[in-house]
Amino acid sequence: MNAPERNIPLLRVQRLQKHFKVGRNAMLHAVDDISFDIAPGESVGLVGESGCGKSTLSRVIARLADPTSGALQFEDVDLAVHPAAKFARDSRRGVIQMVFQDANDSLNPRYTAFDTIAESLRLLVGMKDAAQIKARVEELATWVGLPVDLLSRYPHQLSGGQKARVGIARALAPSPRLLILDEPTAALDVSVQATVLQLLAELRDKLGVAYLFVSHDLNVVRLLCDRVVVMYLGKVVEEGPAEAVFTTPRHPYTQALVAAIPDPDARGRKTVRAEGEPRSPINPDPRACRFHGRCPKGEPKCELTMLDLKEVAPAHRVACHFA
Amino acid sequence: MDMKHFKYVLKENPVTGFAFVLFGLFVLLAIFGPLIAPFDPLDSNAGEPLTPPSAQNWFGTDSFGRDIFSRVIIATRLDFGIALSAVLISFIIGSSIGCAAGFWGGWLDRVSSRVADTIMAFPLFVLAMGIVAALGNTVGNVIYATAIINLPFYMRVARAEANVRRNAGFIEAARLAGNHDVRILAVHIFPNILPPMMVQVSLNMGWAILNAAGLSFIGLGVRPPEAEWGIMVAEGATYIISGEWWVALFPGAVLMLAVFCFNLMGDGLRDLIDPRRRT
Repeated sequence: MNAPERNIPLLRVQRLQKHFKVGRNAMLHAVDDISFDIAPGESVGLVGESGCGKSTLSRVIARLADPTSGALQFEDVDLAVHPAAKFARDSRRGVIQMVFQDANDSLNPRYTAFDTIAESLRLLVGMKDAAQIKARVEELATWVGLPVDLLSRYPHQLSGGQKARVGIARALAPSPRLLILDEPTAALDVSVQATVLQLLAELRDKLGVAYLFVSHDLNVVRLLCDRVVVMYLGKVVEEGPAEAVFTTPRHPYTQALVAAIPDPDARGRKTVRAEGEPRSPINPDPRACRFHGRCPKGEPKCELTMLDLKEVAPAHRVACHFA
Repeated sequence: MDMKHFKYVLKENPVTGFAFVLFGLFVLLAIFGPLIAPFDPLDSNAGEPLTPPSAQNWFGTDSFGRDIFSRVIIATRLDFGIALSAVLISFIIGSSIGCAAGFWGGWLDRVSSRVADTIMAFPLFVLAMGIVAALGNTVGNVIYATAIINLPFYMRVARAEANVRRNAGFIEAARLAGNHDVRILAVHIFPNILPPMMVQVSLNMGWAILNAAGLSFIGLGVRPPEAEWGIMVAEGATYIISGEWWVALFPGAVLMLAVFCFNLMGDGLRDLIDPRRRT
């Protein structure tokens, strides 16, 4: 895996918050004060359990939803200032694209594969010439390994893997700098998953596009990502190089996550487990560590002060008293 | 919509084929009626008054001696014209409002849903009578009245169908591809809700014809001596007791056939425009 330069980030997520009003005086803190960087060409894994806010965070970064506060510094401009509704027509719409989890649901049933891939070429890239569009669509199809003669098919005439390839080709069409992959293989057969992951790794090396890979499959993240951001209940609890996070996880939650990866060699070994239910994300106590209560190491002080991320090793940051 | 798919749908569902043929015949009658009809529909010398069906007057004659066969044919254009224009108006207005309400929600949704509820709260035929009585007894007003009472059905179907799709993955993907809201509605949502809307259109055509005929039957809308199925049934109704059954039966039977044809066409139309039905 190549080590990209980390001095000029492609995207700088700064103190991003996304709160939803869920009732009188009740705010759900889906994304709470999150900051991290993505370097050009870098693959960042975003992991966490269901409901931890990783999908909301990726939708805000993709500018499909507006953040409550915070900045999304993309190179030299703050994209968070544009309302999501207006951003669709922004000239920078093409720089951040997304591959959706459910390839079936994310394709218009009345659009052929060709129409789906060509749409952003017409709307965002401004291509008008039919021959030029055709050439580009066929190029994209070849990149993602979709036979060109399948381009005239409708989604229901394609297999799950083929639909996933159409989704990837569509996302790549406007030449994005950052591709958000929201569990792109979750809905696929295991055999197809492997080929799609292989394809994603090849495309990254070929195109130099940065990935934000959202997943709860840690093995996939370890395989594909340079760096990992671990989220728990709207907060980043640990962030660092993929190898470091997986071999020496510092935060108890990350330790529990890593310990939960099925590993035949680890049978009988004592592992860290998170017991009980997560705390409520609605009006959370701003002082208490979100993991307190489930945390095997928890002490009374965890209830009184929540630490910010602190550096424990080069580029490896953890938010825990015991790290 | 290519021929291959058209043929496939007809082969899968022969009843649909029958309905399309019947619809084609009605359209031909509506266009070429005056050329086909053996007599002038207003000519009271087509035969003796109230003669039963014969070789000269296939459907018999009415109390004025007018040829019922010719009048039934001539009436096709008027009845289909009223039904088509009414359905077209309520389809265009109802589906645009319904789509927008389902997609954006908010005050537009609340206001339009309450308006639809208000219309539906009236017995629809009585509402149509009221509208025609208030606006005046013309063909135009029959069309508007029919369009208004059918409006809620389109609004509701379009609203529900747009609402379930507004958070679909392909809508989010369309935003990423640079579509603004109005374009998403027109290009991504509307074509996808057309198949269920088509079923509604087809069923509505039947109702619209019945409604127009019903208004004329009770003396609103189209006025005698104009040839119209509803009026002809109304005129014939008085003669059924005295044994002259043909005066009301033939226009009534053709009216029934037209409604029947539209009801059968619904599913076929949906299959034709739904790409998922393609093999």
